[in-house]
Amino acid sequence: MLAYAIRRLGQSLFVLVVMSLLVFVGVYAIGNPLELLVNPQADAVERARAATALGLDKPLLEQYGLFLARAASGDLGRSFVYGTPAIQLILERLPATLELAFAATFIAIAMGIPLGLIAGLKPHSLLGRSIMAGSILGFSLPTFWVGLVLIMVFSVQLGWLPPNGRGETVLLLGIPVSFLTADGLAHLALPAINLALFKLSLLVRLTRSGTREALLQDYVKFARAKGLGPARVIGVHVLKNILIPIVTVIGLELGSVIAFAIVTESIFAWPGSGKLLIDSINQLDRPVIVAYLLVIVAIFVAINFVIDVVYSLLDPRVRLGATAGAH
Amino acid sequence: MAISSPSEPARQAAAAGLAPAGRAPSRWKEFAAEFAESRLALLGLALLLVIMALALAAPLFAPQNPYDLAQLDLLDARLAPGQRSAATGKPYWLGTDDQGRDMLSGILYGLRISLGVGVASTVCALAIGLALGLAAAYFGGWVDAAIMRVADIQLSFPAILIALILLAVLGQGVGKIILALVTVQWAYYARTVRSSALVEREKEYIEAAQGLALSQPRVILRHLLPNCVPPLIVVATVQVAHAISLEATLSFLGLGLPITEPSLGLLIANGFQYLLSGKYWISFYPGLALLATIVAINLVADQLRDILNPRLKR
Repeated sequence: MLAYAIRRLGQSLFVLVVMSLLVFVGVYAIGNPLELLVNPQADAVERARAATALGLDKPLLEQYGLFLARAASGDLGRSFVYGTPAIQLILERLPATLELAFAATFIAIAMGIPLGLIAGLKPHSLLGRSIMAGSILGFSLPTFWVGLVLIMVFSVQLGWLPPNGRGETVLLLGIPVSFLTADGLAHLALPAINLALFKLSLLVRLTRSGTREALLQDYVKFARAKGLGPARVIGVHVLKNILIPIVTVIGLELGSVIAFAIVTESIFAWPGSGKLLIDSINQLDRPVIVAYLLVIVAIFVAINFVIDVVYSLLDPRVRLGATAGAH
Repeated sequence: MAISSPSEPARQAAAAGLAPAGRAPSRWKEFAAEFAESRLALLGLALLLVIMALALAAPLFAPQNPYDLAQLDLLDARLAPGQRSAATGKPYWLGTDDQGRDMLSGILYGLRISLGVGVASTVCALAIGLALGLAAAYFGGWVDAAIMRVADIQLSFPAILIALILLAVLGQGVGKIILALVTVQWAYYARTVRSSALVEREKEYIEAAQGLALSQPRVILRHLLPNCVPPLIVVATVQVAHAISLEATLSFLGLGLPITEPSLGLLIANGFQYLLSGKYWISFYPGLALLATIVAINLVADQLRDILNPRLKR
């Protein structure tokens, strides 16, 4: 087990180094770093000072070393727009993104598993078919368009929910959150539903196919033969057995929820890190772009590492087959 | 139906040094009959054909050329669907945008770009993924390990994130967005081809072809390749829909295509700012066109998957 974790950790570090190299090559070697990382409005003196500070007169390999050292100490440059360190800007916005991502995951779980159970228990009923049709739509619809339709219907036509912003926030352990105030909750509703839709469809399908397979197993037949009520058979025997793959997928999808939050945040003007990235790209605020890329890659590498290790604890076959590179 | 495994005549042909391709026309008839079994798939196919025809013949159908600024009338800006032009008295069936551009024309031309980018990127990604997947399966060893490791790492990141990173570094443009879409897609094809090629490689007809001392490229291209194609068709169909959706998303975020070549995503983004004031049509109708395209492709892909999947054979 430990050998696997160490090997996997090595792989993660390798990915991190490769990604940092790609970002470095993109920013420092191909483009002109002075143009990219120094404010275009800066004067000649400031440019010269920045060039020395960035070590642009040194050989490329040494520059990469310096870049890594600065990145490791959290120095990824200052934002042109805000004038504050880029990394600080991103870390300030990250809690809003995480709140949205967790809210969406919560909605997906709270609705997806029950709907999937119904569709799996009664696959040929009208309700079961409608749920499946809905999940197919949820897969096909582009997230951003669903977001627009949600705003169109619930904000413009009905006027029930606010279309943008985070609303009133309160501090929870020093971090501002929206979900504890009524106003914040109203602001959270539409973006969270928008972001949840794709995961919801995925969970409905997973739960449905898991339920259909589990119902044919001997342990379910035996539980029924023992005279257990349907609630206990489904709630304990079926659900417990189909939860393992579902939990795995929820973990795997956490990263992609954070990535897709970029789209949702832009539509609903949710002040998270994803909206910051899009704003920075549009304003050519490159230090923030570089910092965001490195932070998001680090988050992904960490999530993938944790999932792989946890999964290998649950399923020993992964550990044994890992050298073949097939999973 | 034996498209996914070499049939007896195909195997004999292969052993005789002939290509296993060249299927009898009755195969296609059988294929068409199986496809037509699902009404929903036929509907999807019909819808898709109509959309493709409209996109290809956009200049014939569109009331105006939406890129020709001389044809746009600012006095007609943001007219609701059905309202008439102040100058010509002609109705705008789907309304106009903030430039006075006819939305119907904008959508027809936008479809051309969206479909074009989707198909072009899928074809390029298919070619690259096919070549790398075949190479990985046929040669094995470190070639296989290197190619599949890169694919594994890449697939552990969501497609939209990789495309965003590339476009943030590269900038806008049709070529750049196709490059980004190819980069996120090739790994799916490489994986699919590799897994089916690994199975096919062990079969007798490959051994026979090698026994006949045929050249390596000939064995790979004429014998191995044709038998790996069916699962690829399914992946490619689904991926066209993904590519169109991804391009629309990126263009909506302002990272995809430049404003001079508005795809559906850009039209939707353009109308977004007017959505809150109740002018829904600028965003809504391009979105509907996008949705119809994606759903039609998915319906066709679903049926293709069922037909080409040997496990579902009756």
